[in-house]
Amino acid sequence: MTALEKFQNNRNALGWAFMLPAAVLLLLFLTYPLGLGTWLGFTDAKVGRDGEWIALENFSFLVGDSVTRLALFNTLFYTVIASILKFGLGLWLAILLNKNLPFKSFFRAVVLLPWIVPTALSAIAFWWIYDAQFSVISWVLTQLGLIDRYIDFLGDPWNARWSTIAANVWRGIPFVAISLLAGLQTISPSFYEASAIDGATPWQQFRHVTLPLLTPIIAVVMTFSVLFTFTDFQLIYVLTRGGPLNATHLMATLAFQRGISGGALAEGAAIATLMVPFLLAAIMFSYFGLQRRAWQQGGDK
Amino acid sequence: MDNFNRRRFLESTAGAAAGTALGAGAIWAPAVHAQATTAYKPEKGAKLRVLRWSRFVQGDIDQYMKNVAAFTAKTGVEVRVDNEGWEDVRPKAAVAANTGAGPDIILSTNDDANLYPEKLLDVTDLATYLGKKYGGWYPACEAYLRPDGKKWIGIALGAAGSMLVYRQSQVKAAGFDAVPKDTAGFLAMLKALHGKGTPGGFALGNATGDGLWCNWLLWSHGGMLVDKDNKVVIDSPETIKALEYGKEMYATFAPGTLSWLDPNNNKAFLDGQVSITNNGISIYYAAKNSKDEKILAMKEDIHHAPFPVGPVGVPTESHLFFNQMIMKYTKYPQAAKEFLRFMMEQEQFDPWLAAAGGYIAHPLDAYSKSAVWTADPKNTAYRDCVKNMRPAGYAGKLGYASAGAGADFIVVNMVAEAASGSKTPKEAAERAQKRAERYYKV
Repeated sequence: MTALEKFQNNRNALGWAFMLPAAVLLLLFLTYPLGLGTWLGFTDAKVGRDGEWIALENFSFLVGDSVTRLALFNTLFYTVIASILKFGLGLWLAILLNKNLPFKSFFRAVVLLPWIVPTALSAIAFWWIYDAQFSVISWVLTQLGLIDRYIDFLGDPWNARWSTIAANVWRGIPFVAISLLAGLQTISPSFYEASAIDGATPWQQFRHVTLPLLTPIIAVVMTFSVLFTFTDFQLIYVLTRGGPLNATHLMATLAFQRGISGGALAEGAAIATLMVPFLLAAIMFSYFGLQRRAWQQGGDK
Repeated sequence: MDNFNRRRFLESTAGAAAGTALGAGAIWAPAVHAQATTAYKPEKGAKLRVLRWSRFVQGDIDQYMKNVAAFTAKTGVEVRVDNEGWEDVRPKAAVAANTGAGPDIILSTNDDANLYPEKLLDVTDLATYLGKKYGGWYPACEAYLRPDGKKWIGIALGAAGSMLVYRQSQVKAAGFDAVPKDTAGFLAMLKALHGKGTPGGFALGNATGDGLWCNWLLWSHGGMLVDKDNKVVIDSPETIKALEYGKEMYATFAPGTLSWLDPNNNKAFLDGQVSITNNGISIYYAAKNSKDEKILAMKEDIHHAPFPVGPVGVPTESHLFFNQMIMKYTKYPQAAKEFLRFMMEQEQFDPWLAAAGGYIAHPLDAYSKSAVWTADPKNTAYRDCVKNMRPAGYAGKLGYASAGAGADFIVVNMVAEAASGSKTPKEAAERAQKRAERYYKV
């Protein structure tokens, strides 16, 4: 046998050979950048200038930095509230779409629109909606005589937080709704028939049939949803750039501001690295919390 | 000084050509023309790549490219010009400087040259020549590009001025003939405008360009981020005074300025919702070229004024500064120097200033006589931008600390906190002090 034939007949070697392209892609485009980013967080690199290893100095700096702490609070608040709202409204929408509506496919397609529009564009639309001088909401409310001065959507710290959350929810609902709709459709109608015969009310059906069977999908969808929300950047960057008074700065926008605009690449990387534990916690929660076998089989009693 | 040769040009033809283009050739004193022109001899087969911030006004890039074409026609050196948004030039330039590959010449902003001075070609000879020929560089240029007081690490291009833009009719209605030249009068005017229901508005969000007025506010009252030795001194009685003044200003503003980013004041002004704001000449430029009858009609009413002078007694303006840097790694240093020389000579620079319509103010004093500053009297206010400006890291040395502190909106946030009342002036100043100290590592 030639070497080539030997190779072709060796299951191990072939296996490695087939895995190689995927492994190279993963290493090159995922592991390397991630590792580099983490490593940078432990150096004092500036944009374009290699840094020296300074261990935890960046992190101890960030822990004492009021803006970073505020950004961490903002990010957690933004993620928790927006994810809960997206889940509630998305599930509700999915259940509605799962009913026999007229023009069902039309509605299902339309629901996806906010998700399809590039974030940068929808963010600009929201920027106008929330504008201090040109807000259409304020205009309508003043025309109706309900308010006498324009609402300061993005100029007041708490208003700004709620406004950005609303924009994020608007954009995130379709993803949750359509994914959960797919989940709903995998639930066999016979469960509902059986429970109806037993005299279950619609609420009981939802509580004891729909929810348990949907849990695995919910776990996956909400993991993704939380990750997207936690790492949101574009929306904030267009709407407020982190203002007013840094009230809407998220970890991602702060990392960019410090790392790229400010040139402190290492500090930006350190902020990004600080996000990792929170993201891991979110993933762990969905894995070990929501994906319990018993739940999946509807036997949570 | 021996690696380039000197050559005399028959200046008259070129000068006359530029003169006719402007219809104001006579303003250039013969003294300028009589001087020798230093010319560098481009290397054989030289090619140049230029990275610049993309234009704010169309006239800028049109004339710039015309000048580039003229350079190629004259020297045979091919020049490729790439454009990037000005905020994207900073990371690109830093990477180019530190990897030693990329554009030969980079047009950057603010303190960029001070981030990697050792990676930039020494252009002292060229700067000295231009300074002598054109009436001298303004102090801000030296602060940015001659950090050690001896060596020039780049050639100043100018600055995009941020000036007061106001509605003449509304200022008159409030009882003022023009914008007062002192801070006390200025505040009185803002109050009067507010009283008449035509308030002013200045951006207090994280606005990179239009937030610069906060520097003026701080400096005009004698406050500063750092002293000459880069010691953070922002928590000072002067700063408190400035913040108290800012608080009174804020009370007169149109609603929502805390959320304002760079474009907001332009929109609000052109819609007639604010009577005075700070901006480049672009609001006027937009009104002048508007197809909308209503906005076009506003053109006559739009006037410009310099920022008032505060208790410190001298102008303390803050503008977006432009550098021209030759990277040390370039294979064609002579061609690059010749390119910058060519672009800065009156035959090219003057038409370029004119084409930019007042958006860009010159760094060399002789260009004060440029026709652009008188062709439209509304342009005049922007003439002395570079002359009156201070670098954003005033009064310290520029570098990573000043760049970082600027990008982190420390001064803007401080003014916004104090103005909105979310913190007292003292608390805001203390917080800014702490934040700045982290950049200037005490």
